[in-house]
Amino acid sequence: MPAIVGVGYSGFNANTPDLSWKEIMYEAAVRAYEDAGIDPRKDVDSFITCAEDFYEGFAIFDEFVPDQLGAVLKPTCTVCADFLYGLATAYMQIESGLAEIAVVEAHSKASDIKTFGEVIRHAMDPIWLKGVTNAHPYYLAALEMSYYMNKYSITQEAIAEVVVKNKRNALLNDSAPYGAKLTVEYALKSPFVFYPMRKIEIAERADGAIVFVVASDEMARKITDSPVWIKGVGWWSETSNYDTMSFEARYAYKSAKMAYRMAGIENPSKEIDIAEVDDRFAFKEIQHIVALQLAGKYDVCDLMSEGYFARNGSLPVNVSGGNLGVGNLLEATGGQKALEIVIQLRGEAGRRQVDCEIGVAQAWRYIPTASGAVAVFGV
Amino acid sequence: MEVEIVKGLKFHKKQDVAIVGAGMTTFKRRLLETGKELSYFAVKQALEEAGLDIKDIEMVVMGSAPDAFDGTALKGEYLLDGAGGSDRPYLRVFVGGGTGVFAPIAGYWHVASGLADVCLVVCEEKMSCCHPHPQSAFKYIWDPILDRPLKPNLIWIFALEMRRYMHVNNIRHEDIALVSVKNKANALDHPCAQVAEKITVEDVLNSEPMALPVRRLDVSPPSDGAAALIMVAPHIARQLTDEPVWVTGVGWALDTTHWTNRDLYFPRYVAEAAKMAYRMAHITDPRKQIDVAEPYDPFDYKELHHMEGLGLAKKGEAPILTREGVTARDGDLPVCPSGGLLGVGNPISAGMGVKACEIYWQLAYRAGKRQVAKEVTTGVCQAWGDLMQVGTVMVMSNKR
Repeated sequence: MPAIVGVGYSGFNANTPDLSWKEIMYEAAVRAYEDAGIDPRKDVDSFITCAEDFYEGFAIFDEFVPDQLGAVLKPTCTVCADFLYGLATAYMQIESGLAEIAVVEAHSKASDIKTFGEVIRHAMDPIWLKGVTNAHPYYLAALEMSYYMNKYSITQEAIAEVVVKNKRNALLNDSAPYGAKLTVEYALKSPFVFYPMRKIEIAERADGAIVFVVASDEMARKITDSPVWIKGVGWWSETSNYDTMSFEARYAYKSAKMAYRMAGIENPSKEIDIAEVDDRFAFKEIQHIVALQLAGKYDVCDLMSEGYFARNGSLPVNVSGGNLGVGNLLEATGGQKALEIVIQLRGEAGRRQVDCEIGVAQAWRYIPTASGAVAVFGV
Repeated sequence: MEVEIVKGLKFHKKQDVAIVGAGMTTFKRRLLETGKELSYFAVKQALEEAGLDIKDIEMVVMGSAPDAFDGTALKGEYLLDGAGGSDRPYLRVFVGGGTGVFAPIAGYWHVASGLADVCLVVCEEKMSCCHPHPQSAFKYIWDPILDRPLKPNLIWIFALEMRRYMHVNNIRHEDIALVSVKNKANALDHPCAQVAEKITVEDVLNSEPMALPVRRLDVSPPSDGAAALIMVAPHIARQLTDEPVWVTGVGWALDTTHWTNRDLYFPRYVAEAAKMAYRMAHITDPRKQIDVAEPYDPFDYKELHHMEGLGLAKKGEAPILTREGVTARDGDLPVCPSGGLLGVGNPISAGMGVKACEIYWQLAYRAGKRQVAKEVTTGVCQAWGDLMQVGTVMVMSNKR
């Protein structure tokens, strides 16, 4: 079973005017190599970057990867997906014998993007969806939210609770720029920007980079005393058409099922100690908790209000502050999730440490997609 | 007896990987079809050849080069349902122009890792949406500080590389033009070909200058198209066919972004990728052990350049082999028997149809009129891309 033997990150900040994307990648990479105690030029067999051209502002982003990672003239590739897909790729490369040590990198330089809404709009089907309206594409998430709330009687309060919980968790995370101490009443006063979605329920964008060093079973035991095992990975896509998506995060349900099967987890709500799920829209956290089978779809609101998912609750979710606290990291979102799980499992989380042995990280590919990935980690 | 200890990777995989079906669309300017439809055509053909149904597919790998060509962000997600990726694990990989052989490499590790038993690999590219010309998408591939202010163009930098290659190895343009003549003639037998024709060396040398020494007939055309491959585990392959083609070696390497800082006469990235693939496939003398090759040929000099990178010829020897007819379809080492990108067309990543798919068809003896004269056991295909930077190599064999 492959394991994480080193992690490094740079950020996370609302804006990074002083550093280029190459520099934040370099910083994260150097930290990860130091953490793992390896030399990228000698020890690493494969490098994987997770990036999408239009988020980067290049036609072929893959070109700009090797130098700052120490990957020149080595097997290096890009997967156009979230960090967790990259982790799954490293897992497969290691299991197929193509690498003993693989490096996965993802970054966000969202502050370089001038017209974020237009970039997302550009990802819509040009014939069926792009021309429907000129509204900011967040309306698609609001439609989904409306459907999901009505179908499962999700309350406004429970969603406000997600915002309050995650932003408060972020106050204990030194690298989370959007922490705040709020109340549910305050959150419920935030204006509707895409009805029924409030402004405060939308994660702001952030910059940062994450690098993981992944090693094969044998190699991990050789180079570290505290490997964090990748017990399972899963990824899944529903469809790219908005009119045929389930609006119930079936992608998360199916990818979690795949990862749980690999990890031998039969009862996720009991066996999993900590979870980091995609909460780039606050209702998505609730939807993903249900899809990951961490709570029943009719119980989730009550559990949320009771503090079941709080940092000191029975099943802490988004202890790092989630995307509402750390920010929307584009393709690095899953990286931040996995990073928090690894730090928690290693017992290095400091003031926000949770007692845990098995953790799950989940990320979605953001609007307008219905694709996502899940990874299960354990010590 | 001395036991040789193999250093480095042992390439221990969970299971072998076989190819059992391939498909590709006609390469041409296809304004009427969307990328999703092109993917669908290729997938359907591959499934039919393999005798499988889309329900049998466990995972899908998509290969597609820049988003800017098709004009959609998150292109992988956009193409998802046309490529059969809906309701299953679906992953898009990307190494620029090298994707055409990299996507099957990704398919390889999906199966070899034991995560999938049946994996569909789809490559799609639609360049005709780009106005006024796909070259305009290449404006945004340069380093924004060091390169972009010079307003470079891909043809110019390849002209630099071609000039350097000719200069170092003392090669005349006449010898390079022979590649274009050979490939365009080979493509006459390919049902999907876009620019197959019978031409002479004089035609190439007298064609319109693009950026000297590169002339019009030295270059492959932009195309729209898609290709698909089906890769399976041994126990599935046994049920489907008596003659599967096995993937015996894969390799890839990415060189530095700063293309201005390296000597362009030799593609080291291809040599590194080939070294990995050959080590895995136990090939020590590629020139003798490889029976048929499909190196990436978007420009005629590139076929020669890549043959040298792949170790199929010594440095500077590839033009001599071409002149002597060794690389012809009935020669001792057939190179680009499909007609390559120069003859069939160059829809960047969908070039998989004339690279990985062609080697599969040749080794399975399913290439029809394009079948090479000699008996074949082992073949190699290769692609190249980014800023003259990435080499992807795959070795296949019809013996396990």
